[in-house]
Amino acid sequence: MEILSEIIAVFLDTVTDVLPIATIIFGFQFVVLRQKPANLDEILAGFAWVLVGLSLFLLGLKWCLFPLGRLMAEQLTDPAFILAGLDAKASIADIRWMDYYWVYIFAFLIGFSTTIAEPSLIAVAIKANEVSGGAIGIWGLRTSVAFGVAIGISLGCYRIVVGDPIHWYIISGYVIVVIQTTFAPKLIIPLAYDSGGVTTSTVTVPLVAALGLGLSETVPGRNPLIDGFGLIAFASLFPIMSVMAHAQLSAAKAKLDHKRDIQQKEQDAT
Amino acid sequence: MTDTLKRLLLAMLGSMRDLMPIFLVIVFFQFFVLQQQLPNIAQILLGVLFVVLGLTFFIHGLEQGLFPIGESMATAFARKGSLFWLLVFAFSLGFGTTVAEPALIAVAAEAADVAATGQMIEASEAARESYANGLRYTVALSVGLALVIGVIRILKGWPVQWLIIGGYLLVVVMTFFAPEEIIGIAYDSGGVTTSTITVPLVTALGVGLASSIRGRNPMIDGFGLIAFASLTPMIFVMAYGMLI
Repeated sequence: MEILSEIIAVFLDTVTDVLPIATIIFGFQFVVLRQKPANLDEILAGFAWVLVGLSLFLLGLKWCLFPLGRLMAEQLTDPAFILAGLDAKASIADIRWMDYYWVYIFAFLIGFSTTIAEPSLIAVAIKANEVSGGAIGIWGLRTSVAFGVAIGISLGCYRIVVGDPIHWYIISGYVIVVIQTTFAPKLIIPLAYDSGGVTTSTVTVPLVAALGLGLSETVPGRNPLIDGFGLIAFASLFPIMSVMAHAQLSAAKAKLDHKRDIQQKEQDAT
Repeated sequence: MTDTLKRLLLAMLGSMRDLMPIFLVIVFFQFFVLQQQLPNIAQILLGVLFVVLGLTFFIHGLEQGLFPIGESMATAFARKGSLFWLLVFAFSLGFGTTVAEPALIAVAAEAADVAATGQMIEASEAARESYANGLRYTVALSVGLALVIGVIRILKGWPVQWLIIGGYLLVVVMTFFAPEEIIGIAYDSGGVTTSTITVPLVTALGVGLASSIRGRNPMIDGFGLIAFASLTPMIFVMAYGMLI
């Protein structure tokens, strides 16, 4: 009975989430554009699939991933756990930033794995693959974005532990993005910028927020209200760099292969 | 019918593969690092089943409903040729999808707590609520505006990087004038605005527009709308923090 009421509650939440979007879409479709889309039945069925799918997805996350992930974030940042890894005489004042290594590893792995499962990133990857005629691989894009998020979140955790002001990190990130933009292949730039925004939604945000909050509550001298924020910003900045870096590396490799091909042909000719 | 079923089954295998990394990470930390038992195994297994099914259905619906409608509307707007209605549509899509976004509501409430603790506003319930609502509408407005700017950019064919880098400069300059408490929230707000349903729709809209206008490349001009939608909230939230 309790499970049933929970299912209904999540379903209603999703409906209220989708309703404004559906109203805008179909309102404009019928009032302003005044035309019926060719395959209206199929599209409506598609919306129903999205609605049911998203509800189940959120419900499942709420039951398995979120409680476990939050619990882990709490336990890993707990001073007692950190101290257990040190010698018996150590006290809280002796904890250095390196001693939080399990937190950084957890941040990296959970950032990577949740990004791979992020539905909106899957959507963008499908579209990019289609538009580029297959030149941009779905998996290539998803893994490079996931690496970006992983690096971003672990660096963000390090920042909370040492207590540096966030804006120096973000501003340096911007500088790197600007420099990369001048060298990266033109086709990838808009997609790279977009991938910053798509990484952080349904799966990643709740877990990352819990990690940030857990860290800022337990590290001495941090204020959760101020230092707890900022991980999401890291998670949306670093994929921009990693996607451009991936494209730059692929381009460099293609160039190298091309050169080798030409040399090979020259050798064959002689 | 069997065709749909076959596609769903294949998609389900894909979903399992997508979720495998999370599963491995959780198992590794739970058993090897923290060395603890899994609480409530039955519920967790049911949850895993739901997540797999949910992701499968979502992706299925995405390709059947969200992508086609986004693209067909983009084409219809391009054919109709009414810039005014296209921009009104872009604005409502951005504003309407953001204002009800649960992640944003949560962040706005937390921001109000920060503001009350930092004595920027009164510590009363009413003051907090009005601060949170103001912030929410500010962000929604900024996302609406972002899509309008993004659509104009697609129509004109401006390179995305100049606008984005210009936005970055503005963010950097504002960082030095905004109250310190708001900076973390402002930076985060860029990431929370784009929800799972908005992203596919907005992407399809951009790509559809760029494909139906002659001289635009869907790869170069079609992407970039999301980038605007994650940049403008940072600027607007800092401005909100400076004004109040």
